[in-house]
Amino acid sequence: MAKFDTIIIKVKRQQRRETKPYGEEFHLPYRPYMNIISCLQEIQKNPKTFDGRRTSPIAWEQSCLEEICGSCTMVINGRVRQACSTLVDKIGPVITLEPMTKFPVLRDLVVNRKVIFERFKQVKAWVETNQTSGPGTQIAPELAEKRYHLSKCMTCGCCMEACPQINERSDFIGPAAINQVRLFNTHPIGAKLKENRLLALMQGGGIEDCGNAQNCVKVCPKGIPLVTSIIETNREISLGLIGLLKK
Amino acid sequence: MDDVRSTKYMAKISSSFILKRLHSLSGVFPIGFFLLEHMLSNSLILFGAEAYNRQIHFLQSLPFVVFMELTFIALPILYHAGYGIFVTLSGRTNLSSYPFTQNYLYTLQRITGVIALIYIAVHTYETRIVNAMYGTEVSFARMQEIVANPVMFWFYVIGLAAICFHFANGIWGFCVSWGLAVSEKAQRNVGIGFGTLGLLIFIVGTASLVKLL
Repeated sequence: MAKFDTIIIKVKRQQRRETKPYGEEFHLPYRPYMNIISCLQEIQKNPKTFDGRRTSPIAWEQSCLEEICGSCTMVINGRVRQACSTLVDKIGPVITLEPMTKFPVLRDLVVNRKVIFERFKQVKAWVETNQTSGPGTQIAPELAEKRYHLSKCMTCGCCMEACPQINERSDFIGPAAINQVRLFNTHPIGAKLKENRLLALMQGGGIEDCGNAQNCVKVCPKGIPLVTSIIETNREISLGLIGLLKK
Repeated sequence: MDDVRSTKYMAKISSSFILKRLHSLSGVFPIGFFLLEHMLSNSLILFGAEAYNRQIHFLQSLPFVVFMELTFIALPILYHAGYGIFVTLSGRTNLSSYPFTQNYLYTLQRITGVIALIYIAVHTYETRIVNAMYGTEVSFARMQEIVANPVMFWFYVIGLAAICFHFANGIWGFCVSWGLAVSEKAQRNVGIGFGTLGLLIFIVGTASLVKLL
């Protein structure tokens, strides 16, 4: 168990998108079993910095509080993760909270992750069907099991935050969208759009920008085999290229 | 929806995708194959001056040697290096936050690429370009003269190490980029296999350099 009385929380804050970020430090009395959200709620009750100066309440996002929704994703002690499932007892008395760096900051710890949704639309991450009658397609249990693991993505943005190939000089589509391509290309009806999805990944900023640093799979809180998804998709693309040569 | 096999489909593939795949391919063929040939020829140093000089004469006697050197060695290396610098500049390493093994390999691949480029430029000048400009013979004696300088000897060892790492890790990257090694097990086996090959080339290469002293 923890051997400290005070939790020191340093927050990187920012009033608006256009204004400059600044740091503020908060001290909290230690209680067992706290997570980052409960620390932020404790500060919320009476927002005063460690030297007693009154300040505005910290803004952050939260919803499910059980690592399902991804909304409380932030950079905690330099590493991206969910605030709800990060326990104070595990990461020690000094905690730094920063907003994610690969998405525009709206205020304090709140970022706009809309770009992930845009990426998913780019690769047509849906099952398209215009037949609404008749029985649905059957999926083998083995395939359903495999696809279930791919479907767990909660668009939290961890993989994109940890990716060295996504930055202000490069707009790589990111591991999450590539995983969606594999998810929907392995669906019997979704596979109708297979070639379109692969083609979407062969555009600028597409799958070729992957640098194989493999940070994505290490930081994914849902344990999605993101690297395998990228390689599998590369394989599909290679087979398509061989098909072109055979023509 | 377009058929994969239609030319319309082909036209929709962006140039950045094709350039990146060419970068990946050029590292294996022809550059990787040239490296293997080159290191195999160099290993003849271990069998003495005569065996090594005979190999050099054989290579120089090949037909269209200048054309082959330009097409299969110089141009691919220049392309690989140029695109590699572009790739390096478009990434931003984050080892302090994410100190994972593969992330170290990612960073090292870029660093060794730059070291290899500097080494290859100096090495090519000292051997091939000097030969073309002033007619200096490339031979066992000439190589002895180069590595007699301790600074150059260590420069050669470091250059060799960088190239061996870049080669081994690059082939692993090739298997990933083209989807040849999909499962984690396959990835590990490919890594071990080519890691061993890279280490072997480094050992033989270093032994050849030591033999020249």
